[in-house]
Amino acid sequence: MPIQYYIYLCLALFSIGIVGVLTRRNAIIVFMCIELMLNAVNLLLVAFSKVHNTMALAGDKTSMIGIEAQLFVFFIMVVAAAEVSVGLAIIVMMYRNVHSLDINFLNRLKN
Amino acid sequence: MNISQFLFYFLTVLALFSAVMVVVSKNPVHSVLWLIAVFFAISGHYILLNAQFLAIVNLIVYAGAIMVLFLFVIMLMNLNASTEPQKNNWLKLAGVIAGGCFMMVLVSLVKQANELNNIAVTMGSGDIGLIKNLGKALFNDFVVPFEISSVLFLSAMVGAVVIGKKA
Repeated sequence: MPIQYYIYLCLALFSIGIVGVLTRRNAIIVFMCIELMLNAVNLLLVAFSKVHNTMALAGDKTSMIGIEAQLFVFFIMVVAAAEVSVGLAIIVMMYRNVHSLDINFLNRLKN
Repeated sequence: MNISQFLFYFLTVLALFSAVMVVVSKNPVHSVLWLIAVFFAISGHYILLNAQFLAIVNLIVYAGAIMVLFLFVIMLMNLNASTEPQKNNWLKLAGVIAGGCFMMVLVSLVKQANELNNIAVTMGSGDIGLIKNLGKALFNDFVVPFEISSVLFLSAMVGAVVIGKKA
């Protein structure tokens, strides 16, 4: 598979996430679209790690080049899990206060 | 077309279709279920790239834990399709155009990058995704970020409890 295919796939997933963030007003769905964008980036990191590992394996049979990217993906997942727990707590609090998930209610700070 | 190429196209179509369905579904519960389908497709991609550990972690953490959290919150709030606020159609169209322009710019950028031309991703080989090698790297070179992430989790836990409790 050429690397471009993976780049196009990840770009498409990321753009779908952006469109979701821009077009939906439900806070939970906006949040899910952010998760989608994070996953697109993760997939691209893994694909590039694979490419670099394949290149390095041509010279050195036991090369471990590219393993850092997979650990980055691991840490991104860690941060995403922490982010989701706090974000959902914020959404629950917002629902308790305004009884709606519409993100347009969050413009109160403006006044 | 061999089997891994076929699987690549199948998983790509599945991921893109499910991602579109996440955005266009009216019912938030359906959105969550489609998002789980996206995560399964991405895990399949990880397996094709020989990143077995990440595939399993993706399934357990994302499709397992995070999505259950989302489902819990949605069911806690008793949402249904009729309470979903709608943006007006012009704003939706503007959002779609903005996202489409973003994608168009980046796709044309990738098309022009000649450096990427002869780089291929070989599937089904390599062993950097195995848990043995990842564990060695994680506990030798990445011990400090690993420990810091435990502090991050602790603070996230405390933050979630403090925000979530009845004030």
